Amino acid sequence: MSTPYAKLPGWVEYGLVPLVNLAVAFIVAGLVVLLVGENPFEAAYHLINGAFGRGEYIGFTLYYATTFIFTGLAVAVAFHCGLFNIGGEGQAYVGGIGVALACLWLDQTMPWYVVFPIAIIGSAFFGALWAFLPGWLQAKRGSHIVITTIMFNFIASSLMVYLLTRVLKPLGSMAPQTRTFAEGGQLPKLDWLLSIFGLNIGTAPFNISFLLALAAAFAVWVLIWRTKLGYEMRTMGHSPSAARYAGIRESRITVIAMMISGGLAGMMALNPIMGEQFRMQLDFVQGAGFVGIAVALMGRSHPGGIIPAAILFGVLYQGGAEIAFEMPSISRDMIVIIQGLVILFAGALENMFRPAITRLFAMRGQRAAAVVQTKGA
Amino acid sequence: MDFFHVLVVLLESTIRVSVPLVFAALAGLFTERAGVFDIGLEGKMLGAAFAAGAAAAVSQSVWVGLMAAILISVLLSLVHGYASITQRGNQIVSGVAINFIVAGSTVILGQAWFRQGGRTPALAEGARFQIINFPGADAVREVPILGPIYADLLSGHFLLTYLAFAMVPISWWILYRTRFGLRLRAVGENPGAVDTAGISVIWLRYRAVICCGILCGFAGAYLSLAMTAGFVKGMTAGKGYIALAALIFAKWRPKNVMFACLLFGFLDALAIRLQGTPLPLVGQVPVQLMQALPYILTVILLAGFIGKAIPPKAGGVPYVKER
Repeated sequence: MSTPYAKLPGWVEYGLVPLVNLAVAFIVAGLVVLLVGENPFEAAYHLINGAFGRGEYIGFTLYYATTFIFTGLAVAVAFHCGLFNIGGEGQAYVGGIGVALACLWLDQTMPWYVVFPIAIIGSAFFGALWAFLPGWLQAKRGSHIVITTIMFNFIASSLMVYLLTRVLKPLGSMAPQTRTFAEGGQLPKLDWLLSIFGLNIGTAPFNISFLLALAAAFAVWVLIWRTKLGYEMRTMGHSPSAARYAGIRESRITVIAMMISGGLAGMMALNPIMGEQFRMQLDFVQGAGFVGIAVALMGRSHPGGIIPAAILFGVLYQGGAEIAFEMPSISRDMIVIIQGLVILFAGALENMFRPAITRLFAMRGQRAAAVVQTKGA
Repeated sequence: MDFFHVLVVLLESTIRVSVPLVFAALAGLFTERAGVFDIGLEGKMLGAAFAAGAAAAVSQSVWVGLMAAILISVLLSLVHGYASITQRGNQIVSGVAINFIVAGSTVILGQAWFRQGGRTPALAEGARFQIINFPGADAVREVPILGPIYADLLSGHFLLTYLAFAMVPISWWILYRTRFGLRLRAVGENPGAVDTAGISVIWLRYRAVICCGILCGFAGAYLSLAMTAGFVKGMTAGKGYIALAALIFAKWRPKNVMFACLLFGFLDALAIRLQGTPLPLVGQVPVQLMQALPYILTVILLAGFIGKAIPPKAGGVPYVKER
């Protein structure tokens, strides 16, 4: 089948098209603000100011962005393999068990730089474990990955309620959470990084897992574009039948890709658990797994796009909190709407404006060609 | 006798919680049979519940509420249809997006319009569905066995409850005994063949999506106009996903859909009932396990350990005319 759309220059494909989609999402979100009876420009001002106005705000923005880099990468890795991992939420949730266990075990005797690597391994292991089953079921038993990962999200949520209300809760406590970690279970803040720019992060929980997120982004780039495994994954994503003829072992690659994806989603748990709350609480994921879908779609599944997309969503989360504070009739749920609109326009409707943009470029190309011709004559 | 009484109460609440599942799962049946996957059932149901609650609160009429629910749900379905049929976008992504947009908008609009923390005002008598009591229900309640069955299980439900269970044979009839149903199923299996026969794939799929919207509208209206008196934020609480699980569990067949929904509803009712009471032999079952059971069962089914769930062949694939 021929592709319905002509090839566009790179900056249009990876820059302009996502930007147009994003702009439309924001315009529609602005309409919702109007419907509520508020001024969308005022909301936009609070959004920007709330995200960048002070060093502390930037700290919060980057703290949220850290989380979304992990989940965005998780979704992207699976995407490259043609798998839609909608279970980042559950994988991140279960990944938290690995973090919590490492911290509960070692926090009182070891410094953070010993606990952190173990917690990383733990979170990645548990996250990968939770993604292994859906991956294996898809590869070996042909069950649809989207459905199984949705189901696993719910199972994870029940499992965590069970664990936190009965197993991991300290005796005598009513709240469904683990005990607060000692110093060994607390990650150092990255205040020095922002103070280079003369910013004071204040109480913002911007911590060292941000650097881990950047390292993970680089590792994903290497994996996808510089290794044999990545090549095989991309081949499978483009054309499963081509991969089969090329002798790529589909089921093996499927399981591995899902486990890497789940591991990345699981590592998200490090940021809120060790970086902010210093305990594992119910609902610490707070929809980050789903944000990852929007981030991956916005960032075109490329780490170079995912990092800015994650920061964009960090802006939305932090700035959204500020809007909710300054404009009481708009609650934080505004973020959820914007997120949904970004997913809709950047994901499901990504080709809506493409014909128009393609036509625009075709016209410009013709005119340029005509100019060259007249000059030549 | 006491055990019998418990059973009747349990089955009664099973029916009550199954109704939205039946509507939503049948809704999913129509689109998915036509080849459009829909994980936006949750969002449509939630949007419909909000529209029903808000419109009924303003108009004081249950029928206006119901109409609003269906209207909003159909509009959301058309968005999904536009994205996945006309624009040939990713159907899963579109469904996820709809769930998000609705989850946020219902809270924001509810808070802006009614200022009660995202809920709609409590509905008065005339603005919600009333329980329908069959003639003589109270008189026969004392009759052993048959009395409670007639008075509590058959009688004493909402109009929408009866409609939900009536929709099961109606859906079956539409899908298997009408020309529209035949074509709808064909378009989910082999759209190319339907196109070759000179029938519009796009229009057929749009009609399937509209059917889905109408049914989700009923599901939402049931939640906010019958089960409770008004909309509460996030009131679907994953029912859309349970309905999706039920649809798969039922292997995309109307009669099975009803039984799957009743089974999942029963588990739900049982979980509430068993909370804190130990069972013989197994001891206390964690309520979380009961809650997760529908999902676990669906995964096991999908893995092919209890029969094979084979989705419509062209499901999830946008149709492109070969040029």
